Amino acid sequence: MDGAVPLFRMEGISKRYGGVRALEKAELSVTPGSIHAILGENGAGKSTLIKVMAGVVAPDEGRMMLDGSEVTFASPAAANQAGIVCIFQELSLVPELSVADNIVISDPPKRFGMIDRKAQRRVAEEALARAGAADIHPLALVKDLPLSRRQMVEIAKALARKPRILILDEATSALTAADVAKIFGVLKRLRSEGLALLYISHRMNEIAELADQCTVFRNGRNVASYAAGAKSDNEVVELMIGREYSHIFPPKPVRAPAITAPVLEARKLSWTDRLDNISLTVGAGEVVGLGGLDGQGQRELLLAFFGVLRGLSGQILIDGRPAVIASPAKARGDRIGMALIPEDRKTEGLMLPMTVRENLSFAALDRLSRAGIIDRAAEQRLIDDMVGLLAIKTAGLDIPVGALSGGNQQKVVIAKWLMRQPRIILLNDPTRGIDVGTKQELYQLMRKLADQGAAILFYSTDYDELIGCCDRVLVLYDGAVKRELVGAEITERALIASALNIHGEEMPVGQGADA
Amino acid sequence: MKDWRYWLAEQRGTLLAFGIFIVMFTIYTSNHPAGFTANVVQTASNKGVLLAFVAMAQTLVVITAGIDLSVGMIFLLTNCLASWLVIGTGIETALGVVAVLGTGLLCGAINGAIVIYGRLQPIVTTIATGAVYFGIALLLRPFPGGSVNEDLADALTGRLFGVVPASLVALLTVVLVVWVPFSRSVLGRAAYAAGSSEMAAYMSGVPIRRGKFAAYALAGLLAAIGGLFLTFFTYTGEAAYASGNAYTLFSIAAVVLGGVSLFGGKGSAIGAIFGALAFRTIGDLLFVFDFDPLWQPLFQGVILLIAVSLGAFALFRVRNRLEWFL
Repeated sequence: MDGAVPLFRMEGISKRYGGVRALEKAELSVTPGSIHAILGENGAGKSTLIKVMAGVVAPDEGRMMLDGSEVTFASPAAANQAGIVCIFQELSLVPELSVADNIVISDPPKRFGMIDRKAQRRVAEEALARAGAADIHPLALVKDLPLSRRQMVEIAKALARKPRILILDEATSALTAADVAKIFGVLKRLRSEGLALLYISHRMNEIAELADQCTVFRNGRNVASYAAGAKSDNEVVELMIGREYSHIFPPKPVRAPAITAPVLEARKLSWTDRLDNISLTVGAGEVVGLGGLDGQGQRELLLAFFGVLRGLSGQILIDGRPAVIASPAKARGDRIGMALIPEDRKTEGLMLPMTVRENLSFAALDRLSRAGIIDRAAEQRLIDDMVGLLAIKTAGLDIPVGALSGGNQQKVVIAKWLMRQPRIILLNDPTRGIDVGTKQELYQLMRKLADQGAAILFYSTDYDELIGCCDRVLVLYDGAVKRELVGAEITERALIASALNIHGEEMPVGQGADA
Repeated sequence: MKDWRYWLAEQRGTLLAFGIFIVMFTIYTSNHPAGFTANVVQTASNKGVLLAFVAMAQTLVVITAGIDLSVGMIFLLTNCLASWLVIGTGIETALGVVAVLGTGLLCGAINGAIVIYGRLQPIVTTIATGAVYFGIALLLRPFPGGSVNEDLADALTGRLFGVVPASLVALLTVVLVVWVPFSRSVLGRAAYAAGSSEMAAYMSGVPIRRGKFAAYALAGLLAAIGGLFLTFFTYTGEAAYASGNAYTLFSIAAVVLGGVSLFGGKGSAIGAIFGALAFRTIGDLLFVFDFDPLWQPLFQGVILLIAVSLGAFALFRVRNRLEWFL
């Protein structure tokens, strides 16, 4: 009977966010004493699956069985009670508390109703030792630790809860190689102690070393389960491909190799441990994509160009001349003429309670005013132009921008920047959470702006968009450019393989530019 | 043996406030005509503990990343109530004290319930409830008056063994009975965790709501202890609006001086107590140096600005400018 009865089963789990299906009748079985790897590209449903398991998100339908009986989790605490502990990608540590405080946070040892600090210290030291992180002092404040140490604390904290099922969601992404080796040792020991481990990672070599069982997700469904090692890397990529093409893209120009000097250029750009020696060029009239799995430094790269990051090393060149971009105000100035369409329009792009009109003219106010007084007529003309150009659907210019649909909000963000007629446009995943119709309009607009001579750098988590919109795509991995794909090389297979940093039979980095 | 370093780092704000207070108080007593005598210390203590209690109350709420603008009004309300109830025989007086403290606790609990369960912002909630509490205080004492059990009042504002100010002993007792158990309980830790990162706390299954509720309710209780002492010092109750507002604002100043972060999650009520005592000593300093009392607000403001600026240095180390706005 050993292994026949799964410890935990998910059956027919579905979850929608608005119109987007994150999970569609997903199934998963977890057996004790094994490490189960979950694979899938961006948006395949991995994160939602874990959130359902960990009690963060309630599924729309389907059921979960633990030890053969049905369970539901109202909160993360409830899932923890049942023995399911998740180490999330975004850390769940409280920064102002000490390491020991954090490790015991869900259930501190008590004496006379008060927290027993001695016992707490003991538990914390034990957990840290079990996680192979005995070098971390239990009294240190979490906020003073570097990211890799915090990740180790996170793992120790999970172990202190004595889990039966331990979920690791990209838990090694912030770790040093030495820590990864330690953690692997710990995970293998936990497996031999009979724990069930779920391991989400995009690092194929890690999965090959650790996993007993693999499940591939695509479009919110589990499409294949197999014993580890039963499939080659290429077969795995094949399983991950196959998204439905639902977008229509404007035709790309057939262009001769760019002879014009690049408008935007980076030379050996590095920043903390997030950006690693990045060099790239974007020419006038070119749409260059940034690909790769989410969180490989794409956002930081755009922020670096836009003057947000401090302590950047390397060089940024505008029109071939070195430029110091000290702030977003400098970046958008006439000399540089840059615009950044941010990732989160609700916090970085719009002032939601303010009107459509006010939001539209924010970035261009200096051009629309004389001696600090806004020229209302000029403002109105420009706004009319933009509302027409982007076909923004709004009941009026004087309603709060928060009342518009997501797609129209995003158009407002874009229009706001177009009012400055930028020469360099950075887009940070601009189509996230907007409807298909608006997406198409944005693709058309992007191409039109490029044709008018703008240099566009476009980060997207949606591979279809990169394939459909870009003249070139740079794939980032761990803060470095791993591959450059040009023209017909931009295929889903190539994007996924290079995003996972699998060295396929295709061309290595850099050669594509001369082709 | 690196433990003491971590302890030191954790207590830095408290120790700094302690240091500021000691320096100021030393300057004060060495320039005082009477010098460092039991009498001088007793007077300073009696003035200082009022703000100290209110600052402790403020600390509890600030730790949860909230702010309580009603503490000064709870302080007044309980003062007015005490001037009616804390009188008569021993039993009657005792019941009166219980009623006064219970009222404070209730006021704090109301604040907490509205902020936590009604999901209103603390600043708006406590402005409104503060106005209500003041309104009730005004109805209780339209004009200054009332009385208090003078035996009890004199005992708590006098000196023990002829040297130790009784009010200071009372303050210490409250620290030991209220603050220490709270800060070491699960609820207290939940309050800190919620103030530092509510999301991380939620994801870790911490009882955020109960922790925050306890913080607000105990803040009301501490403000009421302050109100009770005000009655012991003045023998009367008075709904003095300006005084209530001053206590609220000074409590925030004291909290900041005491190293409690207004962003939440960091600091100790003990730091806030020294912050309050230091803040009070600023005024006394001007007195011994024969400055015109008109200078007092300006001087207090400058000291506060300097103290607050010390906390802003961390911003120079930020490498992603977006973190300035977090």
